[in-house]
Amino acid sequence: MLMAQGLACLRGDHLLFKNVGFELKAGGLLYVLGENGSGKSSLLRMLCGLLMPGAGAVFWGNKKIKEDAENYLPNLTYIGHLNGLKDDLTALENLQISARLAGNDVSSQESLAALTAIGIARCADLPVRVLSQGQKRRVALAMLWLTQSQLWILDEPFTALDVASTEVLASRLGAHMANGGMTIITTHQDVSISARATQTLRLSV
Amino acid sequence: MKTAKKNAWTNAWLTVLKRDLLLALRRRSDIATTLFFFVIVSSLFPLGIGPEAAVLSSIAPGVLWVAALLAGMISLSRLFSADFTDGTLEQILLAPQPLALLVTAKILAHWLVCGLPVVLLAPLIGLQYALPNEALLVLVYSLLLGTPALSLIGAIGAALTLGVRGSGLLVALLVLPLYIPALIFGAGAVAASQHGMSAEAHLSLLAACSLLSLVLAPLATAAALRISVE
Repeated sequence: MLMAQGLACLRGDHLLFKNVGFELKAGGLLYVLGENGSGKSSLLRMLCGLLMPGAGAVFWGNKKIKEDAENYLPNLTYIGHLNGLKDDLTALENLQISARLAGNDVSSQESLAALTAIGIARCADLPVRVLSQGQKRRVALAMLWLTQSQLWILDEPFTALDVASTEVLASRLGAHMANGGMTIITTHQDVSISARATQTLRLSV
Repeated sequence: MKTAKKNAWTNAWLTVLKRDLLLALRRRSDIATTLFFFVIVSSLFPLGIGPEAAVLSSIAPGVLWVAALLAGMISLSRLFSADFTDGTLEQILLAPQPLALLVTAKILAHWLVCGLPVVLLAPLIGLQYALPNEALLVLVYSLLLGTPALSLIGAIGAALTLGVRGSGLLVALLVLPLYIPALIFGAGAVAASQHGMSAEAHLSLLAACSLLSLVLAPLATAAALRISVE
């Protein structure tokens, strides 16, 4: 279970949000909504532990994530608005390195299967540099077919995706929640994702 | 459970090391720039000063060490900045393994790519300075023991200046003063052997510098990275 209490975000002198709290249980989906610049990405980075909250704390189970990173991080998959891909490496190499870094020792068949699932297998051996924006996004998202972590934090995962891949991703997210996973997502698109419990969180000062 | 954890740590460490070496291999021009910088800077002095063997061999230890130090430094800004811009640094930060451990893999890759070639090239450059064979050997030893410290200390500077405008120059200002001990003992070792004395004391101190930075620098770098990424 992930719980946030009284989170506040200060960027410079500017207060982006305060008193943000929620509780996410197994099978739950949380939409984070807000205008551009309302601090959605900052909130997600805070939930990952990349950004220190100005106030409040994030708990995994009943321990603060800062104090229990060893147990929290293996349960977390974060895909930010940067794809986290190396331009000089191929799609397959990138995916394998990301998976191994997350502590997931995958074979190249498994990685290729993940790329196939999101329909990008024919680009597996191309350097990421030559791929289009949407293709790069798909390579980064292929991670979701390899990871076993329970909590997924996704920052605008549908950006640059075509209609077909949007549906594929939505159904993958649905399957994850059906398995007792949790997802926190920001999006501007109207995509329906099935979950046991759906919550929305609107950010404003 | 203990061994499983150790395996996971080794795997992640090797993944980062292999990744950085593979990237260096794909971008060979970056390595070449560092090496050519070292060769050219250290070749300028004999050209400018003239062919007098006595003068050249007396300035050789200092000049070669300074050239090695600058060559290592210009490549520092690339150590984390590319990973920072494309988001892979976040993945490294979120890896379940200790960040300081993964940082050592990155620093080792940097040393293998930018430090080791300089060490291997140094005796060739030393010939231009009319250094005797014995001093050439000490030069190689001193660089071999000292350049790891340069990469390790440099990593702290690179991590601190991540995402800062004009970071290249800032790294130099932060890191060059910290390089002074390594420079003194490294150049001192070569000078000692030129004067027929034992270089052992200097080399021991140089090794001590490297060991001390091996213990402290990864921790400091990891802390600096966490701050820079915020």
